Amino acid sequence: MPTSSLIMFEEEFKQITAIIDRLLKDANAKLVFLVDKDGQLIASSGDTRDLDTTSLASLTAGNIAATGGLAKLLGEKEFSILFHEGEKDNIHISIVGQRVILVVIFDNRSSLGLVRLRVKKASEELNTIIKKLLHRVEAKPSAEENLLAEISDADIDKLFH
Amino acid sequence: MSFINYSSREINCKIVYYGPGLCGKTTNLQFIYKKTNPEHRGKMISLATETERTLFFDFLPLSLGDIKGFKTRFHLYTVPGQIFYDASRKLILKGVDGIVFVADSQVERMDANIESFENMKANLKEQCYDLANIPYIIQYNKRDLPNVVPVVEMKKVLNVSGVPDFEAVAATGHGVFETLKAVIKLVLIELKKGT
Ligand SMILES: Nc1nc2c(ncn2[C@@H]2O[C@H](COP(=O)(O)OP(=O)(O)OP(=O)(O)O)[C@@H](O)[C@H]2O)c(=O)[nH]1
Ligand SMILES: [Mg+2]
Repeated sequence: MPTSSLIMFEEEFKQITAIIDRLLKDANAKLVFLVDKDGQLIASSGDTRDLDTTSLASLTAGNIAATGGLAKLLGEKEFSILFHEGEKDNIHISIVGQRVILVVIFDNRSSLGLVRLRVKKASEELNTIIKKLLHRVEAKPSAEENLLAEISDADIDKLFH
Repeated sequence: MSFINYSSREINCKIVYYGPGLCGKTTNLQFIYKKTNPEHRGKMISLATETERTLFFDFLPLSLGDIKGFKTRFHLYTVPGQIFYDASRKLILKGVDGIVFVADSQVERMDANIESFENMKANLKEQCYDLANIPYIIQYNKRDLPNVVPVVEMKKVLNVSGVPDFEAVAATGHGVFETLKAVIKLVLIELKKGT
């Protein structure tokens, strides 16, 4: 059975953005992203102007998926933290609540220790919100949230002009 | 799995091009990339071998305009067709909203088509998906070659369920956008049902 969609609402989106904004500051990071395991960008914080965030999200998810495959082969459930060290920038990737991926990009103005510490706290907060969100999605959507049902065939055809 | 963001008013869907090695999956995406206005597409990422065979996946993000005030975005992926990359294929199928099965029309590739189609069903099943419940269509590619199997024959083998199917020459772009439009339409109709 295809699983139901991940749905993001205004309220949770604001809460999530507030958490990753704070993480960005507390960890002295350059950028913070939240990505769905399927590769969709959920939220970002920091200066993303020069960055292809869509590609970044897709490759992060691919990276986590490949590492998850390795973990399974070794009999691990998953590798919940990945760290890539570059000459200038480093990437810290962690899985939150088995469902979303938290990405922190930082340089020598921060440190792995600090990032780890701050990520831990932010993860717990994010986990709570994501759980709430999934509950809300499982419950029947209200009329206001059910806009999609009104899509007509004509709307779909219009996309291709 | 689609991602609907009511806050930024976006709908995101994932479409996967599946099929045997060298059938033309990457070529489909390359043509879409080339012919799409840069405003409506992002960078195409190809994780490929030195000989341009897909190693992990190709990725092309498209954004196609609004429906009822929602921006629609489609993430196109290809799987690696070579048999021994099965672990990667499984990963890429995760969260799929729609599939294009690209078949190679050449006589000598019919066995490979069937094997790949069965492999797709098995991999979906492993993730508790049933092909019957997923929007999918079939593309008979490489119709320009001399040694092709007649379409009626291919239908009998690969399209027993009678899903929408299209002839194509991905190398010149013939049939590529017809295929894409058809799968997007099916995905959106399914999304509408689901809500
Ligand atoms: N004659 C002809 N050649 C084609 C057509 N479509 C693709 N090709 C060629 O077939 C070869 C393989 O195409 P790809 O798109 O790389 O195949 P693929 O399905 O991505 O292969 P894998 O990545 O190994 O799974 C390339 O040389 C293409 O130029 C077509 O319609 N006609
Ligand atoms: Mg390829």
